[in-house]
Amino acid sequence: MSSMKLFPDKCDGCEECVSSCPYNAVTMRDGWPVFGDACNLCGACAEACPSGAIERPAATASPAVDKTSYRDIWVFAEIRDGRPARVVLELLGEGRKLADQTGQNLYAVLVGYGLGTLPEELIAYGADRVFLAEHPALAVFRDEPYAAVLAAAVNQYRPSILLFGATATGRSLAPRLAARLRTGLTADCTGLDMDRDSGDLVQTRPAFGGNIMATIITPGRRPQMATVRPGVLKPLQRDDHPGARFSGRGEVVRLTISDDLLTARTMVLGFTAEETETVNLEEASIIVAGGRGLGSAGNFALVKELAGLLGGAVGASRAVVDEGWISYAHQIGQTGKTVAPRLYIACGISGAVQHLAGMQGAEIIVAINKNSEAPIFKAATFGLVGDVVQILKELVGQLKTG
Amino acid sequence: MQIIACIKQVPDTAEVRIDRETNTLIREGVPSIINPFDLNAVEEGLLLKERFGGTVTVISMGPPQVETALREALSLGVDQAVLLCDRAFAGADTLATSYTLAAGIKKIGAFDLILCGKQAIDGDTAQVGPEIAEWLDIPHLTYVRSIDEVFPAEPARASITVSRLVEGGYEQASASLPALLTVVREVNEPRLPSYRASLRARTQGITIWGVADLSADPEHIGIAGSPTRVSRIFVPEYDRQGQFFAGSPEDQAKALVAALRSAGLA
Ligand SMILES: Cc1cc2nc3c(=O)[nH]c(=O)nc-3n(C[C@H](O)[C@H](O)[C@H](O)COP(=O)(O)OP(=O)(O)OC[C@H]3O[C@@H](n4cnc5c(N)ncnc54)[C@H](O)[C@@H]3O)c2cc1C
Ligand SMILES: Nc1ncnc2c1ncn2[C@@H]1O[C@H](COP(=O)(O)O)[C@@H](O)[C@H]1O
Repeated sequence: MSSMKLFPDKCDGCEECVSSCPYNAVTMRDGWPVFGDACNLCGACAEACPSGAIERPAATASPAVDKTSYRDIWVFAEIRDGRPARVVLELLGEGRKLADQTGQNLYAVLVGYGLGTLPEELIAYGADRVFLAEHPALAVFRDEPYAAVLAAAVNQYRPSILLFGATATGRSLAPRLAARLRTGLTADCTGLDMDRDSGDLVQTRPAFGGNIMATIITPGRRPQMATVRPGVLKPLQRDDHPGARFSGRGEVVRLTISDDLLTARTMVLGFTAEETETVNLEEASIIVAGGRGLGSAGNFALVKELAGLLGGAVGASRAVVDEGWISYAHQIGQTGKTVAPRLYIACGISGAVQHLAGMQGAEIIVAINKNSEAPIFKAATFGLVGDVVQILKELVGQLKTG
Repeated sequence: MQIIACIKQVPDTAEVRIDRETNTLIREGVPSIINPFDLNAVEEGLLLKERFGGTVTVISMGPPQVETALREALSLGVDQAVLLCDRAFAGADTLATSYTLAAGIKKIGAFDLILCGKQAIDGDTAQVGPEIAEWLDIPHLTYVRSIDEVFPAEPARASITVSRLVEGGYEQASASLPALLTVVREVNEPRLPSYRASLRARTQGITIWGVADLSADPEHIGIAGSPTRVSRIFVPEYDRQGQFFAGSPEDQAKALVAALRSAGLA
């Protein structure tokens, strides 16, 4: 029976644990905290306790692996339109840093068919070596054969860390693979670090709709798996002669693919591009987003016009998607897309936590709102207070005249 | 069709506020709701049942109070509700949660389709669905925005065709049945409870299974079966102490354009 452990001699009854519990599971009885049925053993109370009186129960039955028999960092090289997805380059940039800090190698795993010079590309962006799985049956991404190929490679080479982009593909494939490998997976990370002492990957991610951040580790199992939000990490400069800089010599290792790995019970039948979406939101470096403050679908056209002038993509709050001014594919936030562009211009958006959860990773946030108290201004780098329609017209006019 | 929908009870994160003094969540009065995407999963199950017959069963793993969520699902018209409830399940991460749900689903019996929400709004991991599929060794498709065709009747070639929301557009894909789908909001508009079903739900039994009822390996459940560990929780700082531009709309626009130009963004 596992429950949070209280050391009564250290507890001074301050009730910090009560207010820290996201599940409302801690109550006070006779001056002591009691952990109720709703307790999920998340450890928030232990973290909040100023006197160290609460401990999370240690995992006992879980068999810990021999961590020293696993090494190196792998990045799954997701391909989009025949190129590595941008997040792959970002993962290689961060992976390079972590690998150098800890004296490990950085490898990319490339799965597909007819991959041409993509391995060299990955090496130019920081990989010491590329594992290549090429087969006609792998030409189009499908979860089952990709998971099988990756699982076989992991079992053979034993990487310590395995990273994926938190894309539709990554967030579908990584959990399937993690369950097969019986290991932990941290979703949608916004920060990665190494703990020098334990060698554990320290993974930071938002939870509760971005209201809190959690740091998560996988202390007893390997590989440590994470999906990482696109746009948060920085890619390296492309380097076409990396031989001297990196420990490997840009080796490409072909994985053997036995037929039993290729079984698939799903089929991809086609793809329809979202017609109004000129740029992929998750990878756009500029996004202009509109909210209910625009007042009408007609005014929303100004958002599109400004996005067009800046070469950016168009985003929206849920309120305007619900109004039907633009399709759901443009919704940004907790129940929409998560983006981290260099520039995010929020036009007539109040900045509800659910919206902030999807865009607070942007480098520069511009907020245009008539209410100077709107929460969006808290998140903003630059604030413009006034009528959004007037201001947008001004911006469009000034950008047009150069 | 035998359909199973996985539903999770979550705190309504829309109601969660941060106490800036103590940097903690203010949970007073935060209601527990059915994860919004899971309502879409339940609705899709009910729609399929209306077309093809069969049953819809909802399953959840959680503490005793999750019964309220299951009763709410019953009032929408689902046939059966199962709660996996045991202290031994507590502290589960997605791997242990998916293992436990898979064990519960096996005990329910034969099924054609499992429906999950895209993700739960408390953790936002989106992992439990695909992980259940792996434990049960069935195919899965994520981010389903519409179910286009279903061929449930041909046992050897039973299949389902869907449209999935992916970067830049929509993918059409199919899976053989049994399969697991995770659904996004736009897949449907969840119905409201019906009067008749609500009346029935009040007296309907909810099946509760503990660890002893499932043939589950203790190594894979609860905290022991959870490889990940939360080592710290903190409140993010949104306050960027940004700069307000002054003046008329024209002046403010000028200042912004200048700032964007100097950052190389315009
Ligand atoms: C479970 C759940 C999930 C959610 N997920 C999301 C999500 O993914 N994404 C999301 O965006 N929302 C989400 N929401 C909704 C969110 O809580 C807000 O309701 C929504 O973001 C509000 O959109 P808005 O800012 O456009 O509209 P409003 O909140 O109505 O804000 C409009 C703003 O425009 C300003 N304004 C009005 N007129 C003018 C004018 N003439 N000039 C300038 N400014 C003006 C107002 O001052 C106001 O600040 C979710 C909610 C729930 C419960
Ligand atoms: N404890 C649970 N009980 C039932 N279903 C769950 C549970 N946790 C997650 N799920 C299902 O898995 C989906 C994804 O959850 P998550 O991986 O936590 O984001 C949810 O939308 C539910 O359908």
